[in-house]
Amino acid sequence: MSARKPSRKILEHRLVPQHRKLSAEEALEVFESLGVKPWQLPQISVNDPIVRLLGAKPGDVIEIKRRSPTGGISLAYRVVVALERRA
Amino acid sequence: MSEERSPCERSSGVRLAKKVLPKSIYDEMMQKLRAADITSPRECSEVAEEVVRRYVQSMAEPGEPVGTVAAQSIGEPGTQMTLRTFHYAGLMEFDVTLGLPRLIEIVDAKREPSTPIMEIYLDEEHRYSEEKAREVARKIEYTTLEKVMSSIEYTLGEREIVIRLDPEMLEDKGVRAEDVLDVISKGNIGEAKLEGHVIRLTLSRELLPEESLYDFGAYKAAETKLRKLYLKGIKGINRTSIRVAEEKVVEGKVVREYFIITEGSNLAEVLEVEGVDHTRTITNNVFEIMEVLGIEAARNAIIEEIMHVLQDAGLDVDIRHVMLVADVITWNGTIRQIGRLGVAGEKPSALARAAFEVTVNQLYEAAARGEEESLRGVTESIIAGLPPRVGTGQVVVSVEIRRGGGGGSGANR
Repeated sequence: MSARKPSRKILEHRLVPQHRKLSAEEALEVFESLGVKPWQLPQISVNDPIVRLLGAKPGDVIEIKRRSPTGGISLAYRVVVALERRA
Repeated sequence: MSEERSPCERSSGVRLAKKVLPKSIYDEMMQKLRAADITSPRECSEVAEEVVRRYVQSMAEPGEPVGTVAAQSIGEPGTQMTLRTFHYAGLMEFDVTLGLPRLIEIVDAKREPSTPIMEIYLDEEHRYSEEKAREVARKIEYTTLEKVMSSIEYTLGEREIVIRLDPEMLEDKGVRAEDVLDVISKGNIGEAKLEGHVIRLTLSRELLPEESLYDFGAYKAAETKLRKLYLKGIKGINRTSIRVAEEKVVEGKVVREYFIITEGSNLAEVLEVEGVDHTRTITNNVFEIMEVLGIEAARNAIIEEIMHVLQDAGLDVDIRHVMLVADVITWNGTIRQIGRLGVAGEKPSALARAAFEVTVNQLYEAAARGEEESLRGVTESIIAGLPPRVGTGQVVVSVEIRRGGGGGSGANR
């Protein structure tokens, strides 16, 4: 894991969808509307380059605006987790 | 939003559609409405309501085993693939793994593909000229002394090693003979002199002590070290080649866009190279994409790679199945394989794990740990002969029985 902060350039890559850190209120709203608990959401690592750029902490919820080939734009959510990675 | 909305868009049906339908379907509907010249709010509303009804009807039902359907929808056409080419001598000079072996590589989450490849696109300045593209390629290609020399000679008992450089290769790789001399001189190997395209190198005493002056092994070791001497480029990029991405005719002139295709991959460093288009450059190593661009980019890359393999084999698999697979692979923020060491091995039920692979080991280990089996999953239910919690099996009907009184509402016995 490189300690260096990833360059903002990666945000412009065509494979990288738009990520946004939700506020606590927005996150609660998401849990409410989807009827899920935080641990039921897909996860994203705190070490993920995009998460590091956003400065999100474990427990934060990231909203991802995916350009879906079938639905146009679709929103997805991932909760930030601190996971130990097996080498 | 300040955008002026038409009466059609304000109708109740269309407003509902906007809320329910995915953007692409909504846009398509609006476009078709416009094309058919349907503008009255009532008609618009009726059409939109029908679209919404059909859309909702075609959605996956609650409880539908979409994972099983995805597995079968990819698995069955996959059997057609086995019989076709295994290894495909790729476009021109590169050997690219395609077909079933590549598919297995992706779902097994191999850390490195057996044939790592990068497609490096170039920025506005470099993409339209082959010469400029080559310039970038030279900066990227990992070049060692071995690649630019034609021979290396030495005689036992003499300290001197004679390296003949290949002028053509020097030119091709964009290295000057002086640069080579520079690297050798700085490499702490010995005294080097340049005569035309010949480098005469007197090995230092550290590298070749007096007592091993007649030891062939010592010379060989020095030679190996020299051959691997780094001159320029990015580690991991073994070969580059210029390709035409697109040909357009602009104002009567043919404009070609060039890109670089490489054998070997190093996304992190290539993206930093000047002249590289950092928005389109990709690698077929999804782990690298995860590390450099994040898990969501890796998810997209997995979808693209799988679809690419399937389409190459002429298989028509709906992308939604592939998207589901990619979602599962990237679910926990890393790339997990679909298999005993990944997704299937992390199931909470011992019976479900045992049903997949290495049955006896799974059962032994589960027994040793004293695991409990709640028989909630599909696999376990089938093993135990219970109705799996899938589709209508998910619903539990309870009947309220009223004693005495009789009649009234409610269920009868």
